[in-house]
Amino acid sequence: MKPEDYSKVFTMSGIKRDHGRFKDIVSGKIRENLKKFISNGELIGKKGDEFVSIPIPSIELPRFAFGKNQGSKMGQGKGNPGDPVEGEEQEGGDPKEAGNEEGKHELEVDVSLKELAEMMGQELGLPRILPKGSHDIDSKSSRYKSIHHVGPHSLRHYKRTYREALKRQIAAGIYNPENPVIIPHKSDLRFRGWAETPRPQTNAVIVYIMDVSGSMGDEQKEIVRTEAFWIDTWLQSQYKGLQRRYIIHDAVAREVDENTFYRTRESGGTLISSAYKMFLDIIHKDYPPQQWNIYPFHFSDGDNWSNEDSQLCLDLLQNEIFPIVNQFSYGQVESKYGSGQFFKDLLEKFSEQERLVACRVQNREGIYESIKQFFATGR
Amino acid sequence: MKSRDLGPELNDWIKYIEDKARSYGLNFPEVCFEKVDYKEMNELASLGGFPQRYPHWRFGMEYDRISKSYTYGLSKIYEMVINTDPCYAYLLSSNSVVENKLVIAHVYGHADFFKNNQYFSKTNRKMLDEMANHSTLVRQCQEQFGVEVVEEFIDQCLSLENLIDLRSSGELPKTREEEEKLPEEVQKIKAKSYLDKFINTPEFLDQQRARIEEEAKKEEKIPFRPIRDVLGFLLLHAPLKNWQVKILEMIREEAYYFVPQGQTKIMNEGWASYWHSHMMTKDILDDSEIVDYACVHSGTVAPHPHGINPYRVGLELLRNIEDRWNKGRFGKEWLECEDTVKRKNWDLKLNKGREKLFEVRKIYSDLTFIDEFLSQDFCEESGLFASKYNQSTKRWEIETREFQKVRTQFLTELTNFGQPMIEVVDSNFDNKGSLLLKHVFDGRTLKRDFAELTLKNLFSLWKKSVYIETAGEDGKSQLWGFDGKDFLTRA
Repeated sequence: MKPEDYSKVFTMSGIKRDHGRFKDIVSGKIRENLKKFISNGELIGKKGDEFVSIPIPSIELPRFAFGKNQGSKMGQGKGNPGDPVEGEEQEGGDPKEAGNEEGKHELEVDVSLKELAEMMGQELGLPRILPKGSHDIDSKSSRYKSIHHVGPHSLRHYKRTYREALKRQIAAGIYNPENPVIIPHKSDLRFRGWAETPRPQTNAVIVYIMDVSGSMGDEQKEIVRTEAFWIDTWLQSQYKGLQRRYIIHDAVAREVDENTFYRTRESGGTLISSAYKMFLDIIHKDYPPQQWNIYPFHFSDGDNWSNEDSQLCLDLLQNEIFPIVNQFSYGQVESKYGSGQFFKDLLEKFSEQERLVACRVQNREGIYESIKQFFATGR
Repeated sequence: MKSRDLGPELNDWIKYIEDKARSYGLNFPEVCFEKVDYKEMNELASLGGFPQRYPHWRFGMEYDRISKSYTYGLSKIYEMVINTDPCYAYLLSSNSVVENKLVIAHVYGHADFFKNNQYFSKTNRKMLDEMANHSTLVRQCQEQFGVEVVEEFIDQCLSLENLIDLRSSGELPKTREEEEKLPEEVQKIKAKSYLDKFINTPEFLDQQRARIEEEAKKEEKIPFRPIRDVLGFLLLHAPLKNWQVKILEMIREEAYYFVPQGQTKIMNEGWASYWHSHMMTKDILDDSEIVDYACVHSGTVAPHPHGINPYRVGLELLRNIEDRWNKGRFGKEWLECEDTVKRKNWDLKLNKGREKLFEVRKIYSDLTFIDEFLSQDFCEESGLFASKYNQSTKRWEIETREFQKVRTQFLTELTNFGQPMIEVVDSNFDNKGSLLLKHVFDGRTLKRDFAELTLKNLFSLWKKSVYIETAGEDGKSQLWGFDGKDFLTRA
């Protein structure tokens, strides 16, 4: 432990210190040996458009305990033997005093996407994204920020004006509390003034590219869906005008809507280059790279049809894609059938390329890590 | 903790309710009410009601959970009360007047229970100070030995925290000599000389001699008989540094302090709910407040399908007892009566209900309370059931409503807080100074991975191999162990 951490522990009071320490443990900053006792529960559960359930992390120290779901437990309520016990797991009500029975530590709460993104940023330790510094496309926004002595009467600030008048009358000794009539003079008038703040353009487009060839199963698609949700959530918290496009490909690429993107299951071979070409078409047609932050995410099981095509992909990336995107993210969803060769190809060629983030997602548990990798750079 | 003025209205109500409570025969120490805002309430709740606890992340975890579930409107803590003298109780500053009245009445119920129930008779009523001392102790240790080192040791102790003897109130385990001095020679039973040869027969004397020899052999073994207070045993026998002894002592003391509360959850909440509902409806509420009251009250006593709501079961069972003793529905005649009509109209007009309740609150714990008073009629009326996890449908399903099975299940859950029964059997196992624990097997197996990690923690205190005798899936005895490097299994 570093000296500054040390002092932190002793200066913070009570629960804030304990809470901070807990959060540090959960985020893996300290006490790594406790990492294995942290339960994160599930990351996703979207209800409607706005809400999603978020689990609360907890650390359960090991004890001598009975195995799960053994034996029976008590309950109270309606139903016949054989019926499912109604309701979800209940939170243990309001603890009215210090008890020592074990509580259930996981519960689901509804949070808005904005809060969720905040939590996500905190949990994963994601840096805020620095928007592309394109000063030539600044937009200006103006806000009323100050008070002026001159200005149009339509912007007269009544309260300030009368306050000035009151001050003057009191100072001059002509204010009569019995008959509080206040008449502003010209010198009392105050007006709202505005200031303009230049704001860098923050438009972003995410292009999801998914391999839907025969080797991508439902499990793999589910992982992609989950990833995409979290990517959306994070980028939406960072950019105002976020647009999304979806490309699926097997041997040929097609642009599809969101629904189709998640549902399609094709079979057949894989030509990754087809998707990259389509991606470039879309970008050049609709999103001039000077004005847009561009985030392509490509998910595949890494099984490309031929080496020639892989080579073509690498050339496309090198010459056309990297120069225009903020970051190119490649997520390799492991499947039984895929060889995963493309991942190796990428790393081999672009180990130095900082615009490329490639990671492998083994299973659902891997989602968390990969999201962290995707956004760790804050690009 | 900042203390805020409660305001004249609340002070008047406190006085009024206190007088009422005393007039019903409740007997409690002075109760100090403090008004706290939701942040302070969440903080206090995560610290178990005590404003000062030793620094540890698990309080932070509790806080995380409580404050998130408050923020998202899932649960709200109206009140909290701690078992000290004077009693401290916290009121949430955003409570309405009705809520506060309910809480105050409820708190006096708890205060009475803390003072009079026998399971609390040995608890430290100055625990507020003790907790603050513990906080100082841990801080000092952390300053001297490092935050991580101390925290890690606390974690290891906490992983063994449940290994205490719930039947005792925290005295250290005794050695054979302390417990009873073995006679050196065979003691004859005093008798008149002419009766001596009949009373102290040669067989009897031989028997006694054999017993003494046997006991003397046992004496060499530590512990001389199985001990459930594993923490206490470690405190006496584990090779610990001075500061570690102090920390372990602290963890053990706190664990024992909270035992009575765990042992009387149902009764304590039932008793407090009984009195708040009685006083609220009889003495405190005016007509306009009755709906608000009913809303809050029904919230606290709603049945839980996944487990027992102590507020509800406690309250229902106490009322059931009151009714039974008012009508004389107890004793041999009642139990043997099988005439349903007669049973239904059974009323001896004894009016002993209230008297019985005061007796119950004095001498029972949840376990004995349910054991004694859970009747078939009550079980059916209140809709209690036992549920079981169905492996094929992957959900919990109602298993049975049969009285005997439900009762057994209920008692099983209350026994040893529903945790495995574990004893220290031998501190020189294998003749290598290894520690041997024994899990008293009742058909439920231990969670293997957790048991292994717990053994690892135990090893770091004991510093030599540690074993636990338990049973595998097949119900046959197995020995699990950790020798500092590997986990071992022996059939």
